[in-house]
Amino acid sequence: MRRNPLPQDTLDATDRAILNTLQEGFPLSPRPFAEAAAPLGISETDLINRIARLREIGAITRFGPFMDAAAMGGAFCLCAMQVPDERFEEVMTLVNALPEVAHNYERVHKLNMWFVLACDRADEIHESADRIEALTGLTVRRFPKLKEFFIGFKVTA
Amino acid sequence: MSIDQTDRRLLIATESGLPLSPTPYAEVAAWLDLDEAEVISRLRRMQDSGIIRRIAIAPNHYALGLVANGMSVWDVIDTAAETLGEQIGALDFVSHCYLRPRSLPDWPYNLFAMIHGPDRETVETYREEIKALLGSACRKNDILYSKRILKKTGMRLKKGA
Repeated sequence: MRRNPLPQDTLDATDRAILNTLQEGFPLSPRPFAEAAAPLGISETDLINRIARLREIGAITRFGPFMDAAAMGGAFCLCAMQVPDERFEEVMTLVNALPEVAHNYERVHKLNMWFVLACDRADEIHESADRIEALTGLTVRRFPKLKEFFIGFKVTA
Repeated sequence: MSIDQTDRRLLIATESGLPLSPTPYAEVAAWLDLDEAEVISRLRRMQDSGIIRRIAIAPNHYALGLVANGMSVWDVIDTAAETLGEQIGALDFVSHCYLRPRSLPDWPYNLFAMIHGPDRETVETYREEIKALLGSACRKNDILYSKRILKKTGMRLKKGA
């Protein structure tokens, strides 16, 4: 994934409008690109080509349905570990290999590895965290969300 | 609500992205040997029930210049945490805000807010803004900057489960 900013004039006003608008949602209809393109003042083909380019240059990380594990009887759980520096790469490899690990970040803190478990059954979260403890010999701190304060998506491009 | 085998196949087929064709749902339908109307109606039903939060673009914060990302964490008195969480979640530089259990003794923080900005200096001013908003309801805070993304695939359903 791209980790550095795109050069200044990579995106024009239409690209920015696409990023801002399509963060909110995408039509569920037979010609969704045509429908989404109309208010942006561009053609269906132009929208498709621009999204393809945005994806290629790394301005978009994903385009498609975003699932909520909890709504289908599963769960997400944020977890953290304190990994000794000399074991960091080894532990990262073990953790990343598990399909239920959806994201994993190295952070600047004593607790230096933070990952999200996403399971389609809620009881698999603790099984999975226990398995990571057994594999690594390290404690997995568990921070399930008790409440989410969520007010839309709003990265302004 | 639960999902059946066909819903599951549909989610698995689209989890890495929708095809960039004028008729993406017809294309997905062809992969799965369904018809387009059924694909659309199943996706709509899952969206209405919240299993699909939305069908959308996820912009790359880094590419858009938001290269400083910090997980700010706050020890907020329990009785005020929900009200204050709502207010923090509404700030435009906060992308996600959650109430989570503390992990005592060394992790007293119960409110987590992801802050994004073009540089750390800006992120720190945002952090001060949150601190002012929380006032005396907050006892302690910290911020954990991301150093490296180690994995970012999103949720993956198990095939054939």
